[in-house]
Amino acid sequence: MTAMVCAESVEKRFGHLEVLKGINLEVAPKDVFCLVGPSGSGKSTFLRCINHLEQIDGGRLSVDGELVGYRQKGDKLYELKDREVCQKRREIGMVFQAFNLFPHMTVLGNVMEAPCRVMGESKAIVRERALKLLDRVGLADKPDNYPAQLSGGQQQRVAIARALAMQPKLMLFDEPTSALDPELVGEVLDVMRGLAEDGMTMIVVTHEMGFAREVGDAIVFMDGGVVVEAGNPRDVLTNPQHERTKAFLSKVL
Amino acid sequence: MTDATQSSEAKGQPEAIRAVPVRHPGRWIAAGIILVLLAQLLHWAVTNTALKWGTVGKYLFNSSILQGVQRTIVITIIAMVMGIVLGVLLAVMRLSKNPIVTGVAWVYIWLFRGTPVLVQLVFWFAIPTVLQSVSLGIPFGPSWLLTDDPKTVVTQFVAVCLGLGLNEAAYMAEIARAGILSVDEGQVEAASALGMTRIQSMRRIVLPQAMRVIIPPTGNETISMLKTSSLAFAVGYAELFSTSQIVASRTFQVIPLLIVASIWYLFLTSILTVCQYYIERRYARGASRTLPPTPLQKLRWTITRDPKRSLT
Repeated sequence: MTAMVCAESVEKRFGHLEVLKGINLEVAPKDVFCLVGPSGSGKSTFLRCINHLEQIDGGRLSVDGELVGYRQKGDKLYELKDREVCQKRREIGMVFQAFNLFPHMTVLGNVMEAPCRVMGESKAIVRERALKLLDRVGLADKPDNYPAQLSGGQQQRVAIARALAMQPKLMLFDEPTSALDPELVGEVLDVMRGLAEDGMTMIVVTHEMGFAREVGDAIVFMDGGVVVEAGNPRDVLTNPQHERTKAFLSKVL
Repeated sequence: MTDATQSSEAKGQPEAIRAVPVRHPGRWIAAGIILVLLAQLLHWAVTNTALKWGTVGKYLFNSSILQGVQRTIVITIIAMVMGIVLGVLLAVMRLSKNPIVTGVAWVYIWLFRGTPVLVQLVFWFAIPTVLQSVSLGIPFGPSWLLTDDPKTVVTQFVAVCLGLGLNEAAYMAEIARAGILSVDEGQVEAASALGMTRIQSMRRIVLPQAMRVIIPPTGNETISMLKTSSLAFAVGYAELFSTSQIVASRTFQVIPLLIVASIWYLFLTSILTVCQYYIERRYARGASRTLPPTPLQKLRWTITRDPKRSLT
């Protein structure tokens, strides 16, 4: 079975700042893969590299056996065209910390936009699927509301439904609960838990150690652009081997 | 409101305060002085026979004046459409990653914003004197002759539209660029993450949101254009102002015909102001939780005294 995501010494620089210094990891299909670590450790940047929102500077990164952003012919790498990059992104859903819903569209419009415009699917079919997804995230009664009329938790659940509407094989979550009131975190995590139970492959950047321990199949602790410790969440969180991991966990747990 | 007072009284809470309000004699005096001055102005305007209100009335709906009004509207619309389309294009060009494309847009804006619009108008009108022929084809290659007498193509009307439209594009480009930059970067990221191409995200996600920032200044530009179109006088194109001047020079009624032109300009700008309000309201969707009421709604709620919606 090929890994859903495979990173081999992935490097990324912003100018002179090295953000990723050789990341190696593998995400198995149907796994919930948690990325934790202090701010600036490069975990969000790594996530954004997976769907090519950021371009990597070194190493190899592949999704479902195909290189991200490049095509290999013999020994040579060819950069993908914009159109091809867009095509690959359709198979990867992403949920952002700041929700990034389209404020000028209704909830239903947000969910239907990409399948209709990008995939060119028929409106009636997409509409049915969108309503089902909204029901699944518990917002069946809000299809005609605008994002500004919803709470943060509701907006993030719409964002999840919007990503799912493209029927992705991989979901990326970039600190999905960090911008939420503590009270609203639970409703978003519940939706994510449901997704995990349905067998979705998920990579989650999070500070919710409880979620990582309970739902996660694997966890990676990153610091300063390198993987410090990786393993089973229950082991890593309860019995960290590295000093840096211990120091971090003692602050957040 | 009354319900709240009654219930608070019923609970034995303190009564609402009833105090003598502060008097503002200064406001009354200022209002009085202004009203007296206005009355004097009105008296002068009504009783002054030199203003010839009868002449104003006679020429207000004169057929050549009406034709001038029509031409003013037409050149305003054409110039603004040219300005908006070309302006958005220039704005997107300026945000392009290709340095040549950015540079061309920059030079265009620099050139057309840096020279007076009157100069540009006359320039376009005079351009046939330096053009022998106009043809369409491959640069430095074969081409098909469109005309060998550019004067027949660049009429006064075409010169006015080119002069006003190309100049407007430079201003609209900056307005559109500010609008595009005002849209949060996360919106483009979300669109990209969904697999939308750059053109799709620009058209479906960025521009509709940029409109909220673009529309108010565009409304101002349109109102400004309506009045700037009177510069067509310089190339002898008979729009509203030129027509009023032609009639005035024939009849020697300069002031009455200026009043006629002013009344029409005021009427047209008033209509544009109302249109702008409704367009702004349409693009406010999603930006605020409830849309601001239209003047008609405000009026209806005030008349019906809808307690939930009354604004007082």
